[in-house]
Order: sequence, then structure tokens, then C-alpha cells
Amino acid sequence: MFEEQGITPEGDLIVNVGPQHPATHGVLHLVITLSGETIKKVEPHLGYIHRSIEKMCESLTYRQFIYVTSRMDYLSAHINNHACALCVEKGLQVEVPPRAQVIRVLLDELTRIASHELWWGAMAMDIGAFTPFFHAFRERETINDIMEETCGARLTMNYMVPGGVMQDLHPNFQARVKSFIQQYKHKISEYAELLTGNIIFKNRMKNVGVLSVEDAISYGCTGPTARGSGVSCDIRKLYPYEVYGKLDFEEILETGGDSLARYMVRIREMQQSIRVIEQLVDDIPEGDFQAKTKAVLKLPKGEFYQRVETARGELGVYIVSEGGTTPYRIKFRSPGFSNLSVLDKIARGGKLGDLVAMMGTLDLVIPDIDR
Amino acid sequence: MQNDELQANVSQLLTTATFEEGGDWLTVNVGADELLPLASQLRDDQALTFNYLFCLTCIDWKTHLTMVYHLTSTQYRHSLVLKVKLDRDRPAVESLAFVWRTAEFHEREVYELFGVDFIHHPDLRLLILPDGWEGKNPLRKDFEDPINMIRL
Repeated sequence: MFEEQGITPEGDLIVNVGPQHPATHGVLHLVITLSGETIKKVEPHLGYIHRSIEKMCESLTYRQFIYVTSRMDYLSAHINNHACALCVEKGLQVEVPPRAQVIRVLLDELTRIASHELWWGAMAMDIGAFTPFFHAFRERETINDIMEETCGARLTMNYMVPGGVMQDLHPNFQARVKSFIQQYKHKISEYAELLTGNIIFKNRMKNVGVLSVEDAISYGCTGPTARGSGVSCDIRKLYPYEVYGKLDFEEILETGGDSLARYMVRIREMQQSIRVIEQLVDDIPEGDFQAKTKAVLKLPKGEFYQRVETARGELGVYIVSEGGTTPYRIKFRSPGFSNLSVLDKIARGGKLGDLVAMMGTLDLVIPDIDR
Repeated sequence: MQNDELQANVSQLLTTATFEEGGDWLTVNVGADELLPLASQLRDDQALTFNYLFCLTCIDWKTHLTMVYHLTSTQYRHSLVLKVKLDRDRPAVESLAFVWRTAEFHEREVYELFGVDFIHHPDLRLLILPDGWEGKNPLRKDFEDPINMIRL
């Protein structure tokens, strides 16, 4: 047991942040040991939104369990579904039709933009700038509308099924995505003026929460968090899935390792997502949107592992099958869990006021961490 | 490095290791007491450099538990799976938290959900489950919770 509050024998103050705190964006509980204003230790306490999704999946069939995973990282629900669908397809050895592959990647990248937009707005609000929040939500709303039209839902899409996607694209999809991309391209430079070039913002982010290359790898950081330290870890580039291998886009790497570097990685990633969408949206191949699969799926006995790149980093789905209709054991290696573990390391020695900037740029989504 | 080269290299480091192929990656089965020395060697060996532990989990096979470690090298991009068989009644294995820091959190998760004791873990406490949780480990196959678990 830990001391919930009070003063340690060394005279340090113990401060609780959360579980209900506006800057944690979810029910995360941090117990912080402070010496004056300097952080000596950050101890995360998890589990406030733990639903034991892994246990739940053990009693769900391979078609059913995908729906539960939307509730993990609800900001990139689509990419979670994608990972699970890919893992099941790997076990079934099903070839996904080209049309479904392109649809999946298009929606993945739209999800990535939507997720980064929300992060951008919320993080700016945490450190004191309120305007970006409205801009970010305006853009995100457009993506949500596109999603709603095609998938029927705005957040928990559940559009992926093993073998392809649930139904064909809405006839409006292409036109709406194109018009969104057209106006959004210019918005990114507008954002740059709002925050990226803002000297107050830069001073708050620069040299805050510096993460070294060795620590990033050792702590298992992935996604923009690790790429801000210059660790090449984009699964889309390293272990391409679907059509990513044929696409022309860059893996964004920054070398600073501080909050500003992580911020820049995400901003530049949104531009790369636009690039990917532009390459695909004009010629979506004709054909089936779903491969023919049996009504009841049975995976052969064995182990299957699939890695994908979500908006927050590497998501791993590990299915152990005993040959039945439900997984024997399933493990989600969620990016947020490992990214959170580094918080103590980067926060030590920093100021309490900077903790929000560090947490903001780690882009923590609590249901993803707790599962 | 290809699987056969990896196998040759690993069997030099540990002669008692047994190998399995078939999945995406080469699987190495090791004994619980051999894990820690092998893990440090896998990380420090110049030709292998398995510096990134990307997944750590446990499987309950009803007769025994299996710890599964997925390793990769950010330098050479080859991957490897380590498996350790543990006794189900008193599962204990050396902690790898000082080899790969990410293991610290993952081992805490496995500790509470499977009841595996990690020897020399820096901070082995409950992480996800509420303080004061006693009794069974939720991800074990024989765990029953009549109130919260719904059988379909």
C-alpha cells in the first residue's frame, strides 16, 4: 500500500492527480512525490476503467470479439478492428480483396487524422490555449460525419470483419473525402501559425520531458512518442500490411526527444496521412469488398501475432488458438501501456507544471492502457 | 538474420534450449532458471542485439503456465519468441525488468492477472486490480466471478 497523501519522512509532498482530473483525459490516477515544485517520482495507478477485455474475448467468437476492441483505444477504434481482422485472416489464410484493402487503409488514415486532431486540440487546451480545441473539433467532426455515413457510427465503427469490410462504401464517400482533403490541406499551415510558431508554446514544450533513444527502446515506447526521439518504429514501413508497402509516404522522425519533437511528429504525420489518402482516394479498385468466409470461423491450432500502427503506436494482437471457435487466449499489446510506463522516467527532475505538457505529448488514452 | 542463423547463435549461448518453427518467428523454449542469463546475453550480444521487448504475456494451459516474451532488434529487425514453462501451483521466474525496462509494467500486469511471482522485480505490486484484491487471478482459466462474468 502507498501513502495516499501527506508528507514523506524525507519531507516531500505527495500529491494525487486524478482519477478525476481535467488533464488526464480519462480516469488515470498519478501519485506524485514533490520536492518543492520538482517532481521526484510519478507513480501511475491504473484500473479505473479496466474491463478485462482479454478475458471477455476468450468467450467470444472470432467475429464477435472485434467489436469489443473498438472500446480499447476509442480514438483509433478503426485501427484496433483492423489489427484483429488481420490477425484472424492470418490464421484463416484468407486473401482480402484489393478493394477492401484500399478501403481499410483509407479509413485507417482518416482515423489517424481524427485522432491526432483531438490530441492536438486537447493538448493545447491542457497547456492553456483554448482556440485550437475548436479548430481541431471542427475538422474532426467532418471526419466523423464521413465515418458515420459509411460505417454507421462515429466513434466505435466496427466496420471491419474478417475477410474485408462489413459493407460497401457510401456513394458519397469519395467526393466527401476529396473535399475534406482539399480544405484540410490548407488548415494545417493555419495551425502552424496558431501553435507551432507560437513562442510561448515553444518555450513550454522545448526541453520538457526529454526521452533518450535508449530509454525509448528499453521502455518499449512506440509511435510518435518514440519517433520524437528518433527511433524508427513505424510498423507501416517496417512490416507493411495491406497496401502500405506500395504507397509513397515518409516515416516522420525527429531527434529532439522532448515534448516539442513529439508534437512535431504528430503534426507532420497528419500531412503524411493526407498524402496516403490522396494516393488512394481517386482510384479505389472495383470488386468485392469482402472475401468469402465461412459463417462460423475456426482458427487452426497455433499462435498468431499481428502488429499494426495505430495513432498512438504499435498495437499487437496475439491470438492463441486451440482450434475452436473462440480464442484460447488473446493478448493486446497496447501502445499506451508501454508509453505510460516511461512517464516516471521523463518526469523526474521536471516541474509539476510541465507534467501536463509531458502527459499531453505522450497522447495517453486510458481505456487503451487499462483494457 | 534468418531463423536458422538465429537458431545457431542462440544454441551457442544456451545448449539446453529447444527450438520450434512454424509461426511468424523462431520460438525458443528455455528453463525458468536459464531465462535471465540468456535474456541479458540476447540483448548484449553484438550480432543479435535484441534490445526491444515488444510483448510480454502469460498463457494458462490448465496444467502449467507459459510465459511468452516477444523480442526484436531495432538494429537488425529480426525477431524471436522466448517461452518459459512454469509450475501452475507456485509459478516463479526471474524478473527481466533490469534487462528491458518495459518488462516492469508488463510483469506487474502478469503478476496480478496470472499470479506469477517475479523474483527480484523492483516494484511488484498490484497495477490494475484494486488495492486489497485477494484471492484468485482473473486471467486464470479456473477464475469464476458469478456477479460480473456473463456466460454466453
